[in-house]
Amino acid sequence: MTGGPLLEVRDLTVHHGQLRALYEVSLSVGVGETYAMIGANGAGKSTLLRAIAGLDRPTSGSITLDGVDVTKLRPERRVASGIVLVPEGRRLFSSLTVAENLKVGASYARKGPWTISRVYELFDWMRDRRGQRADQLSGGEQQAVAIGRALVANPRLLLLDELSLGLAPAVVRRIYGILPELLATGVTVLLVEQDVSQALAVAARVHCLLEGRTTLEGEPAGLTPASIEAAYFGLAGPAGLPQERP
Amino acid sequence: MIWVNDIVQGVLLGGLYALFACGLSLMFGVMKVINLAHGDLAVVAAYLAAGLVTVLHMPTALSILVSIPLFAIIGYVLWRTVLQASLNRSVLTTLLVTFGMSIVIENALQQFFSANSRSLSIGALATDHFNVGSQITVGYLDLAILIAAVVVLLGLQLFLSRTRQGRLIRAVADDREAAQLAGADYRHIFGIAAAIAFGTVAVAGTAYGVYTTFDPTTGTTQLLLLFAFEAVVIGGLGSLWGTLVGGILLGVVQDIGAQISTADLLLAGQLFFLLVLVIRPQGITGSRRTA
Repeated sequence: MTGGPLLEVRDLTVHHGQLRALYEVSLSVGVGETYAMIGANGAGKSTLLRAIAGLDRPTSGSITLDGVDVTKLRPERRVASGIVLVPEGRRLFSSLTVAENLKVGASYARKGPWTISRVYELFDWMRDRRGQRADQLSGGEQQAVAIGRALVANPRLLLLDELSLGLAPAVVRRIYGILPELLATGVTVLLVEQDVSQALAVAARVHCLLEGRTTLEGEPAGLTPASIEAAYFGLAGPAGLPQERP
Repeated sequence: MIWVNDIVQGVLLGGLYALFACGLSLMFGVMKVINLAHGDLAVVAAYLAAGLVTVLHMPTALSILVSIPLFAIIGYVLWRTVLQASLNRSVLTTLLVTFGMSIVIENALQQFFSANSRSLSIGALATDHFNVGSQITVGYLDLAILIAAVVVLLGLQLFLSRTRQGRLIRAVADDREAAQLAGADYRHIFGIAAAIAFGTVAVAGTAYGVYTTFDPTTGTTQLLLLFAFEAVVIGGLGSLWGTLVGGILLGVVQDIGAQISTADLLLAGQLFFLLVLVIRPQGITGSRRTA
């Protein structure tokens, strides 16, 4: 530990072909913090997470984890350094069983508190259904397995991409209900959430993106609904940044 | 009774097809790559076995102990250098590249070993047989090849379902990017799958060399590659057990066709293949998802 932030993203620009998905985004996430990215569809939230995980290559900018520059590392090497992403759409290994999915997640695990049996304790239904194929689970169950698969790698920084996507509100509440238990084991969480109230409820800091640019950043307590709305939709509001158009 | 014998001979012939097809099936199932040089690589394995027998005075059957690891290494290196790079461009590129490899291999073999055909000797075992009843004759060699096919496929199946490496191969086959997020370097895992596929090619090529004569063009002119493809497709793409079933069914249909008229051996096989494609395009054992 260097005493600085765990994750430091500086001036990150990412292109998808000709399209610029992120424009010089910077953020820093402290150890043990829960940090939420909010924004409309296509704002670049998922791209940011994918870039931090190494799946999308940035055009410029840097990503450092605990003072170590990981910008050039391949995604599988970032897992070893402690960055693990729960991808959008869950992306389980559909022909593998629940237990096999978790075992794959643990294949290159760092040392740490999370084991497969600890995941079974976190989600009490999972042990009994560990022999079931992943594609036979419901959406919420798949999301739980996807989180479990990431946890057994013992991440220092856990990236959660749209956990609530396609899930019933009750299921979403249950999934978010486990966050305190994760944080208690020392995991730092950076999450992407379309549901702003959900993000404000769980995060210590929120960061709003609009068309690839930062429009708002701060602690939920210090933000007014009007300023968030302005940042989210790009309206010229009291806290809205200057609406420059390239 | 003559029909029963046909079926038995067909099953035995199917063992050779299945042995031939399992490397193809594995590479298609995991990497979605169709290796058009598969047949030629098998011929290289036969030449390698001939070389080992001549130079080291090894028994043919033992030569595979050398050729399997050698081929596995070639498979891994070829994957990490040429094949992964071509897959990164597109699946079509892999077809072009492996087709090119096929031509290069054939011409190199012609250059070094001339166009004369050769064979691998295993002594009396090549022709020895036993009889079941009065009509059914089972050659020891044919039986050994069938057993080899079952052992290779069973071993592969166990490896894929029970071991850590096998689990990683299946995970990478399911979702390459998600496997990266679990820390797996898919290029390495694909390389291992290619190494295993090439190892099975070494067995298949040696078996073929013992079974009949071969020359540098055998890999493409003897329709081996075609039969192997058909076995994979009939059985269901990506399914190893399906490949065994497909190979055996193809062998049986061909032998029954040959019983009707010798010239109908190929025709019967092709018609059966087309019939499967029409009625059950996902293959005998295939589910719609894997097809």
